[in-house]
This record gives sequence, C-alpha cells and structure tokens, in this order.
Amino acid sequence: MLRALLLTLSVVAIAHAELCKPDAQNAFKVRISIKTALGDNAYVWDANEEYLFKAMVAFAMRRYSSKSTTQISNVLLCNVTDRVSFWFVVTDSSKNVTTVPGSEVEAAIRMNRNRINNAFLLSDKTLQFVKITTTLSPPVESSTPVWLIVFGVVLCLIVAGIVFLIISGIRKHKKKNKESTERENLEEKVEVTLENGIPCEALDIKAGHVNGVFAADDERFTSL
Amino acid sequence: GTVGRVPERVKAGTMEKSRPLWDNPLQFVFACISYAVGLGNVWRFPYLCQMYGGGGFLIPYLIMLIAEGMPLLYLELAVGQRMRQGSIGAWKIISPYLCGVGVASVVVSFFLSMYYNVINAWAFWYLFHSFQDPLPWATCPLNSNRTGYEEECEKTSSTQYFWYRQTLNISPSLEASGSVQWEQALCLTLAWLVVYLCILRGTASTGKVVYVTASLPYCVLIIYLIRGLTLHGAVNGLIYMFTPKLEQLLNPKTWISAATQIFFSLGLGFGSLIAFASYNEPSNNCQRHAIIVSLINSTTSIFASIVTFSIYGFKATFNYESCINKVILLLLNAFDLEEGSLTADNLNEMKDYLMATYPLEYAQLVPQIKNCSLEAELDTAVQGTGLAFIVYSEAIKNMEVPQLYSVLYFFMLLMLGIGSMLGNTAAILTPLTDSRAIASRFPKEVISGVVCFVNCIIGLIFTMEAGNYWFDIFNDYAATLSLLLIVLVETIAVCYIYGIRRFEKDLYTMIGHKPNWYWKIMWAFVSPLLIISLFIFYLTDYILTGTLQYQAWDATQGQLVTKDYPGYALAVIGLLVAASTMCIPLGALVTFIRKRLKREQISTVA
Repeated sequence: MLRALLLTLSVVAIAHAELCKPDAQNAFKVRISIKTALGDNAYVWDANEEYLFKAMVAFAMRRYSSKSTTQISNVLLCNVTDRVSFWFVVTDSSKNVTTVPGSEVEAAIRMNRNRINNAFLLSDKTLQFVKITTTLSPPVESSTPVWLIVFGVVLCLIVAGIVFLIISGIRKHKKKNKESTERENLEEKVEVTLENGIPCEALDIKAGHVNGVFAADDERFTSL
Repeated sequence: GTVGRVPERVKAGTMEKSRPLWDNPLQFVFACISYAVGLGNVWRFPYLCQMYGGGGFLIPYLIMLIAEGMPLLYLELAVGQRMRQGSIGAWKIISPYLCGVGVASVVVSFFLSMYYNVINAWAFWYLFHSFQDPLPWATCPLNSNRTGYEEECEKTSSTQYFWYRQTLNISPSLEASGSVQWEQALCLTLAWLVVYLCILRGTASTGKVVYVTASLPYCVLIIYLIRGLTLHGAVNGLIYMFTPKLEQLLNPKTWISAATQIFFSLGLGFGSLIAFASYNEPSNNCQRHAIIVSLINSTTSIFASIVTFSIYGFKATFNYESCINKVILLLLNAFDLEEGSLTADNLNEMKDYLMATYPLEYAQLVPQIKNCSLEAELDTAVQGTGLAFIVYSEAIKNMEVPQLYSVLYFFMLLMLGIGSMLGNTAAILTPLTDSRAIASRFPKEVISGVVCFVNCIIGLIFTMEAGNYWFDIFNDYAATLSLLLIVLVETIAVCYIYGIRRFEKDLYTMIGHKPNWYWKIMWAFVSPLLIISLFIFYLTDYILTGTLQYQAWDATQGQLVTKDYPGYALAVIGLLVAASTMCIPLGALVTFIRKRLKREQISTVA
C-alpha cells in the first residue's frame, strides 16, 4: 500500500518535473522585481507568495474559460531563482498529464493582468510575463487638444489689443485733424481780414477802428 | 506787419511733424538690450564655450569684446543719434554714394525677420503644449496595435520625436517639400500678430514693451539658475564647462568663433541700432550706453551658459544613470541574480566576475551591453534649435513640476525672440517711415501692417515639411557674409570718407567730450582689420569646403544624416548673399549716374 502510494507520488513528481521546466511547451517565465517597485516596503518572496500566485493564475483561468475546473494544484511552479524569476505551467485536470495550451493561458493572463498586478502591488513592468506582451494604456486625450484652447485665448487677447490700439489711433488722428482744421480756419479768417488790405467787411465790422490807408502803406513797405 | 505774419503762416499750415522720441534714456537702453540679448546668447555661446576650451574661451571672447564689440556698437549708435534717420537716410547723409549700405541693411533685416519669427512660432507651440500632464514630449505615443511605442520614437528619444515629427513633421530631404503644417502656420500668424501689436504705435508702444522683453528673461534665468544648480548632477556639467582647456587658445578657430560671436551677438549692421538711436535726444550719452549694452550682452551670455551647463550636467547624469540601470537590469535578468546585488558601484567588478564564471552566456550579451560614460554624455555638444527645443525640454521633463518650468522657459524664449524681432522690424520700418514718399501717403499702422503681412506670408515656407531645411539655409547664409561686408564699409565710411575728425566734432557736440585714443584706434585700424580677416576666413572656408551640405532627419534610423544641397538651393543661397551685398556697389553706381544726369541737365539748361 505504502509502496503504491510512493510510486504514484514519484510518478506525479516526475510528471510535474516533465511538465514544468524551463522552455517546456506551454510554460511561461515570470520575472518579479519587488525591490524596484516597492523600495523599502518590499516583501519577501516566499512559499506564501507562490501560493498566492498559483491562486491568481487559477482565478484567471477560471474567469477566462468560465468553467470552474482549474484548481490551484493545476498550476505548477518551478526553477525559482533569487532574481525572483520562475517558470509556470497550467495542467489540464480533465486530461491526464497535459498542459493547457499556451495561447489560452496567455489570453487568460492578458484579460486579468490588472487584477494579478494589484494582488502583488506590482505593475506591468515589475511583474513581467516574458513572452506575453502587454497592451499599453494610451495617454489621456481630451476631445479638443489643450493647446488649441490656450492658443485661442492668447489670439483673442492679442487681436483685441490690436483693434483697440488701431481704433484709438484713428480717433486721435481724427481729433488732431479736426483741431488742426479748426485752427487753420481761425487763422485763415484772421489773415483774410488783414491781408486783403482794406476789406470792406472789416470796415463794416470794425467801423473806423482800422485805418485802411495806414494798413495799405504798411503792406507796401514791408512786402518782400 | 507782414514779416510778423509770415512765420505764423508757416507754423500753422506746414508744421513739421517732430521725430518721435523715447520717453526716457532707460527705454533706449532697454530696447538695445532687448534686441542684442537674444536667442544666440542662450543657444550659441554655451556651445562655443564647450567646443573651444571651456573656461578658457572667455579670454578670446573678452578680448574681442574690447577690440571689436564696444567700438562698433558705439559707432552705430553715434551715427544713428547724430543723423536722426534710419539706416538709408543716415548713410545718405554721410555720403550720397553710400545709400546702398543702408539699403543692404534693410534687405538683410528683411531676410532675418522672414525666418526669425518662425522660432517664436515654435516657442508658442511648445508653450501651449506645456499645459498638459504629462508633458507631450515626455512619453512616446503608442503604435497602432498598442503593444509598444511608435517605431520612430523607439529609435530616437521622445523629445527628439516630438520635435522632428510632431512639431516640424520634417521630410527626409529638402527636395520633398511637403505641405504647409496648419498648426505651425497658426502659431506663425500669432507670432506676427504679437510683433505687430508691439510695433503698431512706433516708439510709443515699443518703448513700453521693451521694459518687459528686456527684464523678464533675466527673472527666468535667475529662477533657472537656482533650480539648475540644485539639480542632481548639475555640478558635473559646471566642472566640465569651467575646466579651461587652454590648448584650444592655439586653435585659430577659437579666435574666429569669438570674434564672430561678439559681432553677431550685438546685432551690428542690421540697421536696428541706428534706428533705435535715431529716436534719441541729440544729447544722449551714447558712449556710456554702448559700453553698458555690450557688457550686459556678454555677461548675459556667460550667465546663460552657467544655466545651460548645469542643465547639461543634470541631463547627462540622468542619462548616464539610466544607461547604468539598463545594463544592471539586463545582467540581472540574464543571470537571474538577486535584485540589489548589482549596483552602480560594483558593476565593473561584477561584470568581470560574470565574464569569468559564465563566459558563453556573457559573450552572447556583450553586443547589448553599452559602455556608459558620463564624459560621452557631456560631450554631446548641441547648439541652435536642437539645444533650445530638444536638450532643454528633455531636462525639463525630468524635473519636478515640469509644467511650471516648461512654461517659464518657453516664455523666456518668446521674450528673447520678440525683443530681437522688435529691433529687426524697426530696422525695416524706420527707413520706410523716414522717406516722405511713403510716409506721407500711408499712416504708420498701415506700413507696419503691410510689412508684417508680407513677412508672414513668405514665412509660411518655413512651416512646410521641408521648412526647417530652408530655415537652416537662411540662418547660415542670409546674414553672415553680408553683415561683415556692411559693417566693414560702415567703419571705413565713417573713419575715412566722413572723416574721423568730423565724427569727433559731432560726438563733441552730442555728448560733450571727444572720444579718446582707444576708440579712435579701434575704429580706424583694429576693427576693420578684424572684420577683413573674418571675411577672408569665411570666404576661403566656403570655397575650400566645395559643396555645401546640410543635416537631414532620417526617420527610419532616427537620427540626422548629411546630404548635399540640390542645385536650386545653392542658387537661393547665392541669391541671398548677392541680394544684400550687391546693393552697396549698385547704390554707389545709381547715385553716380543720377549726379551725372543732373549735371548734364544743368549744363544743357545753362
């Protein structure tokens, strides 16, 4: 009885060793960098963590294929190094001593990557499944690019400034023109009255205040 | 009587519009500083310092400042202040045969303003993109199936990708022109609108704007100095820069570069300084101002290079440490060693140990293991747009609160660029507003508007996919040889045609004392000789190099490659140089012919 038990156990062990070894079919390598991710809060990778890992992989398989047949004992780990890195395979409990195809395992892990990462407080980079490429999350993009909004604001300010300056310039120009034409008109009136020697209008207005003869003489002497 | 009346009539009817003046001498000094302190101080001087002997470069630089910079600056300011006209009018007064010099200055300024504002457009682009988290040049965009990053971005870095692909969308060569990039065209239009706003009212508006454009860059530089010096690894850059390599002093290129840098950094020969000085009170002490402006310009260059080198040091240290970490990760993964067993300190011993213990596996890894060297990182000397837009943005993305530093930095670049643009446009507008033919028909606002509009339309060439290659052509050839010739003719004209004694007397009437022997010797002998030697050097350099080449961006390799200019590009280069230099002899010829014709007319009449 005992011998039979020992025999089956050794067969199982050998089978497991056959199934899970580096570069075996449907086996995946995992690399974990706890110290890089957590620094001082790093935990130690021990048998308990390995158990959690097996549980997470089993969970992923169950969620993916939605048949609750994968057990924790179906997940085999081997070649754990100091790095920390190891290989794992998922065996098929229904069929004897075979492994679940790699594509299924890959798809399952991909689907639940986020949950697996969070269970270990790690990220895509620090919990690395070699050969399983991750889909990177695209950067957050708003519907209108931010730069256009800032551009629009600055543009409006500058155009407002230009329009303001131009309009105030035109107004100043008009005011200056009005002032200068007014001044010109005033002076012209003065000149017209004086220059025409003895203007009849002047005589009429000032009635005897301007001595026309005197003014005419003045002109004759000083004209150049 | 009538005598009393006549002057009144003249005053009322045909009153001369008095020349606009700066509100106070400080505005003039700020305008000159704003114009002279430009992007060259930030992105050219640190490069020269690095290439030609670090701290030792300061020796030829200061010598050239005294031999060439200060005298020529004083000369231009004095000419402008005395003649009270823009460049064309001023040189016409000195000698009617020299009107071509003024026209050449205007032509060169026109070329410069065409392409220089594109830099402001780029600064606006980066400034507007700084209001995001994370900064868009911090990470590569993802490729189409989201499994990795864009191929081009992988080969080069995210900052270079942002510059070459997302900003410029550069084509692989000059021949492939591509289409106008509407985003860049928008930014260029905005840049020209800003310039128009500042020059709209002439000195009234420019005088206020230069308070900001002159002082703000210093505030930002001080902030960056404090930030830069406290960055991890900044000291490496500073040590590297300031260790003088005195053997470079024996290299003639060092002296030539120092002379060239002083010359172009002060912006001589464009006519901007003459234009600014023409708005001065005649009694303004331009000697003092010339010394102040040239000293501030050089001090700013040195100050900016301290900031740049601390940034270099930070970036080089960051890249060096990233490189080391990558090697460590590679070895850890390959040999499944425990995390933390390999550090930067024991890396070399561990590499030897691993090579001894696992020779086969190590041999397989050797091609992937890069030799990380801090020296190599520091040695990457960059100048120009590469430094301003790639190196600095790379350093900024690794700082804390990168958005703040990014906004500050690109705002500073904008201030520097707009300050220089104000000088350029003043050089073009002052002769136009001085000439009665144009100024009487159109108001100042319309003339400025037309100039800005024409420049903006032509500037759209630089927003095409091959635009950066045309930018490099203009940057390298539009102003270099022509300016040397213009300033040489200016100096000879003032000293020998106008006469140095007459010039002395003019200065005496303006500032109250004659220039001493230092100024006279520099003007009459030293500066012209220096310019002639620079001119000969550049001519022989161009002739000896044979075909001119340019750097083109190769997207497949993710780096710059050297290519030859096609025929029509060489023709454009020739045209650029000829258009300005030919103005000088043509102007003299036209004046000569006109005088001949007038003399004939008078003789036929008599």
